[in-house]
Amino acid sequence: MDVLKYWVGIDLGSTTTKAVVLGEDQTVLGRGITNSRSNYDVACAVALGEALINARLALIASTLEAKGFAGRDVEELLARFELLFREQQYRAQLSELGDQLNAQAKRLKVADAVHESVGAIIPQMAEESGALFTPGARRKSDFFRDLAGSRYLALAEEVGREKGASFDVLAGLFDKAILEVENSTQAVGTFDEHGRRALEGLGGDHPELQAAVETVLAVDLQQVASVGTGYGRQRLPFPEAMIRSEILCHGLGAHHMFPGTRTVLDIGGQDTKAIQVDEHGIVTSFQMNDRCAAGCGRYLGYIADEMNLGLHELGPLAGKATRKVRINSTCTVFAGAELRDRLSLGEKREEILAGLHRAIVLRAMSLLARSGGVSEEFTFTGGVAKNSEAVKALHTLIEENYGERTINISPESIYTGALGAALFALHEALKTEGAAA
Amino acid sequence: MANDARTNVSKDLSQERQKRMIAEHFSKLARAPDEGRACAYTFVPGNLTELLNSFDVLPVLPEINALQSGMRGKSRDYIGLAEKLGHSEDVCTYVKCDLGMLKSGNIGPTGERLPDPNLLLLSYTGCFTFLKWFEILGQEYDCPVVMLHVPYQGDGKITNSMRKYVVDQLRNKVIPQLEEISGQPYDEDRLKEMLARSAQAEDDLVYVLESAKNKPSPIDAYFGGVYYIGPIFTAFRGTQDAVEYYRELRAEVEERVKLGKGPITPEGEMEEEKYRVVVEGPPNWTSFRQFWKMFSDEGAVVVASSYTKVGGVYDDGFRHDPSRPLESLADYCMGCYTNLNLPSRVDMLVRYVEDYQADGFLINSVKSCNSFSAGQLMILREVENRTGRPGGFVESDLVDPRYFSASNIKNRLESYFQMIDQKRERGRKSGQGD
Amino acid sequence: MEERMSTSASCLEGHAALVAEAEALWKDYSLTSVREWKKESGGIAIGYMPVYVPRELLWAQNALPVGILGGGDDLEIIRGDAYYQSYICHIPRSTIELGLNGSLDCLDGVLFPATCDVIRNLSGMWKMQFPDKLVRYLDVPQDFDPAMGGAFYRHELQEITESLPGIGGRSYDEDALRTAIQVYNESRQAVADLYDLRRREPWKIPTHELYVLLRAGMVLPPEEHTTMLRAYETAVSDDESRRPMDQARVLITGSFCEQPPLGLIKTLERAGCYIVDDDFVQVHRWIVGDIPVDGDPLGNLVTAYLENSIESPIRYIDDGVKGQGLVERVEHYGAEGVLFCAPSFCDPALLDQPMAVKAVEDAGIPWTAFKYSENSGQFQVIREQAGTFADSIKLWSGE
Repeated sequence: MDVLKYWVGIDLGSTTTKAVVLGEDQTVLGRGITNSRSNYDVACAVALGEALINARLALIASTLEAKGFAGRDVEELLARFELLFREQQYRAQLSELGDQLNAQAKRLKVADAVHESVGAIIPQMAEESGALFTPGARRKSDFFRDLAGSRYLALAEEVGREKGASFDVLAGLFDKAILEVENSTQAVGTFDEHGRRALEGLGGDHPELQAAVETVLAVDLQQVASVGTGYGRQRLPFPEAMIRSEILCHGLGAHHMFPGTRTVLDIGGQDTKAIQVDEHGIVTSFQMNDRCAAGCGRYLGYIADEMNLGLHELGPLAGKATRKVRINSTCTVFAGAELRDRLSLGEKREEILAGLHRAIVLRAMSLLARSGGVSEEFTFTGGVAKNSEAVKALHTLIEENYGERTINISPESIYTGALGAALFALHEALKTEGAAA
Repeated sequence: MANDARTNVSKDLSQERQKRMIAEHFSKLARAPDEGRACAYTFVPGNLTELLNSFDVLPVLPEINALQSGMRGKSRDYIGLAEKLGHSEDVCTYVKCDLGMLKSGNIGPTGERLPDPNLLLLSYTGCFTFLKWFEILGQEYDCPVVMLHVPYQGDGKITNSMRKYVVDQLRNKVIPQLEEISGQPYDEDRLKEMLARSAQAEDDLVYVLESAKNKPSPIDAYFGGVYYIGPIFTAFRGTQDAVEYYRELRAEVEERVKLGKGPITPEGEMEEEKYRVVVEGPPNWTSFRQFWKMFSDEGAVVVASSYTKVGGVYDDGFRHDPSRPLESLADYCMGCYTNLNLPSRVDMLVRYVEDYQADGFLINSVKSCNSFSAGQLMILREVENRTGRPGGFVESDLVDPRYFSASNIKNRLESYFQMIDQKRERGRKSGQGD
Repeated sequence: MEERMSTSASCLEGHAALVAEAEALWKDYSLTSVREWKKESGGIAIGYMPVYVPRELLWAQNALPVGILGGGDDLEIIRGDAYYQSYICHIPRSTIELGLNGSLDCLDGVLFPATCDVIRNLSGMWKMQFPDKLVRYLDVPQDFDPAMGGAFYRHELQEITESLPGIGGRSYDEDALRTAIQVYNESRQAVADLYDLRRREPWKIPTHELYVLLRAGMVLPPEEHTTMLRAYETAVSDDESRRPMDQARVLITGSFCEQPPLGLIKTLERAGCYIVDDDFVQVHRWIVGDIPVDGDPLGNLVTAYLENSIESPIRYIDDGVKGQGLVERVEHYGAEGVLFCAPSFCDPALLDQPMAVKAVEDAGIPWTAFKYSENSGQFQVIREQAGTFADSIKLWSGE
């Protein structure tokens, strides 16, 4: 049996928990993400489980490639395999959800109509799951809670009305049941189980894939060490020596992604960090926002809620503006009032938004200045790095104030902290080995 | 300046003595109205303790009462009360805490009621808020206020004109006022004796503060330092008690140096000195122990701090001088840390980082105090540039618990210390030719 | 077409043109007019922060005093926030911003008077940031005895006079100082006359115009500024189209350092207030009345500071009752209410306020309070608050 050693980094953030699995040569084997939840251990386990699944999926692909199977057909086949795999995962969790809903319903002694509704909703969701995971289908989220939640609530309204069950009761049941599902590491199932079912689901004859899956299933993934980071790092199930501050992890992670990086900006939900690193990715100075969360990602969240938009829609809408309204305050407390006031004055939504994005980036600019400025190569990470308008404003302001700079944004930027943590796990292991020798 | 944080550990003799001195002082204060003894409210920076004592006038220091209220968990209510009375949430919480205490019966840190002042001695030194503070108290009490304007060292030096201004005010305003409330004539010989004792205690204090140049440092010059400066910053400068306290303290510290011991923290003796840092800015009082623990848990020792210079800078060679009593009081006032301009403050911090071989320096920026805080971000950058050592920045407040976010501060401190670690590791590697 | 143009041009020759000219001078943060003045006169320019510096002293040595009152709501803060925590007022951020973006390059030096700890510390920051410029903290005395505070202050002023020749100013000359005092006496009188006219006929002088004119005085040579003020006075006195309206007469206090945005002043006026007294751009009104020209001119400046300066939160009051000056102003200007209008995080104004409120309340004067920042963009809450206040005053006085 093949043995594959791996090192793990876990980043426990305020909204999501991320895991990165590294191989001995520092290559990323897999990444996993889940929504953070009250039970930190489970959030870590789920994120790691996801990362390991992705690692195995990647191994299947590389096994195929090594045997000379490549090209579009193979890619499509793999994509279909993965979707079927995800559907299996979804169905497993759905079945667990159904059990939990029934258990909660029994415990709370709800009306028969509620029991009947649950009995109708879950099978229907299971039936629809195929459509959810067909190639090209759009899913609003990759988290079970969101995916199942939105459909369940829609059906609860519909079915509940039919059967005379209260929507509120049905929604209440879901809130309790989903916590149980999320807090169980069993619910997601194992790679073995889902992998084989997915293979069956593919139909037809795919001996090369089957062989690759078997090969990968036979690999023994062995965890050597793990390091935790993130806002909730103190509550991670790690010994103290294996915990690193997210500042250090972000610095090292960004360095690994873009080795020329000397300045890192991370705008997350709750905080903004400006970090300077040296040529080895070691942090030389850093600054964080003060106790007020003005100008952080959360602020955009408030604005999105206030405008009744999705967070991802803000940037593109702001991008349509031909001028900007000047916003002098990015205080989250006043965000709503300021916005309504401006709208009532007849300012256009996109122009206000363009101004807001600039204001947020201006806050970040002052943290960057405090930390030592913006060097030749700069990496932008965190949720706000996905926002096209924020990125545009950042480009403009950096160029105006520091001149031409290379600005890196990785599509995997959300994993920067976890990647840094995994690198620390690897370094730590090497150091111990070195000491032993 | 604080007397109750180290209750868990075995007490040194000096500590016992300090406790006794403070208790005695507050009991004197409690008896003062009955015994007909005058007392003056005044401030720590630019305090004229020897002069007051030479008239047998007892000093009361509202700043100390406020920080004690913070440590005793009373400040939240006091501040709330002052805000209810119309004071802005934006302004200094020492003022609001003091006012809230006054409006709640003026019960001091020992549980005894503080006497009303016979004089508000407004030594306007290094802090604009002092001026407003005693204007506010002036409305509460029926007593004279005497303003001693201590000019700021805008150009980083004390000129003859500045000195003359202060001495003139001492001679023509402060002393006559003290004569009046005490009923005693000015006795310069008595003052000189006190100043001589001050200088003696100051020598020993400087020894103690500078002992932190040893590795490991036998003291924590910030969290521990606030205890060491207590007597000399408050009611005891120039007294025999203070002379003995500092002699005793010095002997204790000498002993620790000889044994190669580290500082005592609330958790006991620090085993390993992992980081040496210089700290700028006052501490937070409402979570003082928690804040200290965030350092000691990491093995971080503060080897020098600017806060322990607010009531007088002595490690630059200044001593109270009996041969020029009023002049040296004037120089003392003008030399207090918050009366120095920003370039001088930067110079001092750079010197500390270098002389005390610190790994870096940290700023605790408090919301209440613009005198300290306005410009600290520039100080941070300047010191970083000049020493090449990393600066860190945390924010809190003096006595407003609403402004102490433990998780936020801990997060930054941890990141900061881990950063130093990582740099060191890298340094070692490159030292090995890696 | 041509006729119409000339008509509108002649309209603009009146007060509107003056206000427009003043506003252009104020809003030109790069100080073009100061640069031009330096070129033409061969003089130097010395900036000063609020609240008070004796401008006569500078002017006497061919140094143009240039008031630095922050960047208002026009300036986007890009670098200034890197220097200040969120709990510090706004004016030092915009001032640093102006310094760093080169707007203040034409200043040969800056004076930082003893207004508060923030302005005080800014003097040290300026020293570090601009080591080649003259930077001075001007410690104005809080002791008002001529032999003590007076002697000290005189020495402070002497040091300024001695520092100017080294950077291109003329050397100190008593006659030149006498002339400068006369020039500023005229300036003070012109300002006082406008305030007096506004007191009598507030409809003639909207505060949002008066304010703009005062700001022009931050950059103009004093004689030119006086000419501008006198021209405005004549123009508005002649303008019969400005008629009284039913507005409440209010006095504003607390805005002596960081200035409110013009939008805030307009908001108050639109909300139904006649502002009949205020403490905006206060350097113009710090000294009350003329400073004697004869005798020892430096001594006269000192005496004026000690004896004839106004009551202010930044000035220690050693005798008399706190807030008494404010109550007297309310009476003198016929105000019906007081608006405490202070910048956020302004220690002097906000620490003073409860004492002043007490004095105002004891005198039975209605009051209300709010805070602003020089770059506030939203006045909806203030509009409602001031409107309600004005309405209640009118109801009250109508009874």
